[in-house]
Amino acid sequence: MYTFSSRLKTFSFILMILGVLGIGYSFFTAPKTVEDVEKILAAESHHDGHSGHDAAHHDAANNASKDAHVHTTQDVHSNDAQQKDAVDHAIHDEQDQGENADRHITGTPGRDSLATPAANEADTPGNAQQLPAGKSDIATANNQDAASAHHVQDHHSASEAGHAAHGAEAHDAHKEHQEHLEHVLHQLQNKPWAAVYVAAIFFMLISLGALAFYAIQYAAQSGWSPILFRVMEGITSYLLPGSILFFILLVLGVLHVHHLFIWMDPEVVKEDALIQGKSGYLNGTFFLIRAVIFLGGWNLYRYYSRKNSLANDEASDITLYKKNFKMSATFLVFFIVTESIMSWDWIMSVDPHWYSTLFGWYVFASFFVSGITAIAMITLYLKGKGYLEYVNTSHIHDLAKFMFGISIFWTYLWFSQFMLMWYADIPEEVTYFVTRIEEYNLPFFGMLAMNFIFPVLILLNTDFKRLSWIVVMAGIVILCGHYIDFFNMIMPATVGDQWFIGAGEIGAVMFFLGLFIFVVFSALAKAPLMVKHNPYLEESKHFHY
Amino acid sequence: MTNKVLHVLYNDDDVLMDAVKKTRAAHHHIEEIYTPFPVHGLDKAMGLEPTRIAITSFLYGLVGLSVAVTMVRYMMIIDWPQDIGGKPSFSFIQNMPAFVPVMFEMTVFFAAHLMVITFYMRSKLWPFKKAENPDVRTTDDHFLMEVAAHGDVDQMVSFFENTGAVEVKVIEKH
Repeated sequence: MYTFSSRLKTFSFILMILGVLGIGYSFFTAPKTVEDVEKILAAESHHDGHSGHDAAHHDAANNASKDAHVHTTQDVHSNDAQQKDAVDHAIHDEQDQGENADRHITGTPGRDSLATPAANEADTPGNAQQLPAGKSDIATANNQDAASAHHVQDHHSASEAGHAAHGAEAHDAHKEHQEHLEHVLHQLQNKPWAAVYVAAIFFMLISLGALAFYAIQYAAQSGWSPILFRVMEGITSYLLPGSILFFILLVLGVLHVHHLFIWMDPEVVKEDALIQGKSGYLNGTFFLIRAVIFLGGWNLYRYYSRKNSLANDEASDITLYKKNFKMSATFLVFFIVTESIMSWDWIMSVDPHWYSTLFGWYVFASFFVSGITAIAMITLYLKGKGYLEYVNTSHIHDLAKFMFGISIFWTYLWFSQFMLMWYADIPEEVTYFVTRIEEYNLPFFGMLAMNFIFPVLILLNTDFKRLSWIVVMAGIVILCGHYIDFFNMIMPATVGDQWFIGAGEIGAVMFFLGLFIFVVFSALAKAPLMVKHNPYLEESKHFHY
Repeated sequence: MTNKVLHVLYNDDDVLMDAVKKTRAAHHHIEEIYTPFPVHGLDKAMGLEPTRIAITSFLYGLVGLSVAVTMVRYMMIIDWPQDIGGKPSFSFIQNMPAFVPVMFEMTVFFAAHLMVITFYMRSKLWPFKKAENPDVRTTDDHFLMEVAAHGDVDQMVSFFENTGAVEVKVIEKH
């Protein structure tokens, strides 16, 4: 029997308390009105460290300058990484719908300062050498800096021409500025909710991933895993509290407490023909009914399989085992259907204008590998504490192989989804990736390194897959990577370019991690860590690879 | 000078495994073992070095990846950067997703084929190679252990007869 160590319990409580404080702080500091947003944006603009920008801001002290300040702030952000990105931003901003005359005045100096070094680079002989056939458009194409500089120059002249035209529309500009502020207000108000939502769905899906893995092990009658069944059952015990909290979040959305799902807002739907066309599916009532069916179905399987598993310890025949076997097979059919619909409902519908056919599989791969990783890490923790006598390196090796394989499977789906849309470049579907690459560049490609390149290189080696510290290290990176994956799925549609991993995001992760640890280890302490009377138990004990 | 070896035949892989352990314990040198099918754990019992073919495969994969990258980069980006259906041929990274299928397949192709060829070369297998089979029964249902003879050969024969062998032969190898 495992006893929940008091240190771990304290640790989980500390995580929960700190998490609640972080979440509370982010709710408390979220702006309430448009005026707050204006103040925040004004304050942000003073943080600009770059001298050229500061001068530009002080010169352009007019009413609507804040709008431009937001954008220049972004420029400075990316400026740290690469000037090219900053110029791209400027170009992107030029194309924004919420553009107005005042912004042109304040925006231009910022762009000039960026354009100058880029243009200088274009003149260097090194770049000239790359020119094939002396074609000037290919020349600029070959060098990104040069290409950007050209664009900026084009835009510069365009904006001067536009400036005159805009001058007459100062009134409209003011209205647009107000609309922009409201837009930012909504994003900032969504931020704490989105942080909680991402963490809630991530941890709930980890336990669902472990449950799916558990069901597969039963249905496949695997011979290596029965000694890990109790660990898996421990992890899936988080499914019930996790799904209750998550369901509350969904209900709050339908009740308009938060606005993560814009299709729930009747004001938006009224003016949006696309969402109107989908409202037969995307409406609050049906949405909640589906959620009840999915969460209910999964929790029922989890409840009865655990009950049978415990009862099987006292059994004299294999009736209960056979029952669990049949139940697992049925659950897997139910699971794959509901999992697919779940991913449309809870993740894809934050972008109700966008759709992807393999999205369900993609989400599945993401949380399935997280679930397996959680199993491996908790197994290693318990083994390290001396509780899992029969678990040997071959069991760890098998789990690590699953982590490795499903990581590649995830990448395969990620790439298939990305590449098909990138290749065809159909505007209605490619916007999904445009926003992510432009505004979430580091998380979007960073997670690829964490979820693919790192595990592939580190878990390729057979000997490495047997070393606890390697598996734990790979597991931490994989779990963080898949958190960022969910972050990338939810945030762009809810907070847009106002994203930041701050108190709210970290607090939400800490709260749910603390709750996860508390629930999982409490459940582990409730039953012996090894099942009894499982027909494959003996084989599992002596499993050797 | 003649070189004597013992050919010890078994008809069960479990017996063979036990015999291998006993032989190693008695410090007789096992030259070779012929089996009709893979016997799990035989290499460990014989004390053979683990194979390094997976490492070669990984390196071949890297070669394949480099070949693919160099090829597509030269052809599509450097040599003739045409506008084909609006694909951005300005730099390799900009058009990279379109090249990934090629890069992947080339990696697998090189890793697989070169590894197989390495295997053939290291195990000296090729068409028209003369089969090195000391006893035809070893391809069907018998296991043969070849042990170098040294010292008292009669004593060795009786030692191997006690390990469950169905037949022990002393062979002169030239």
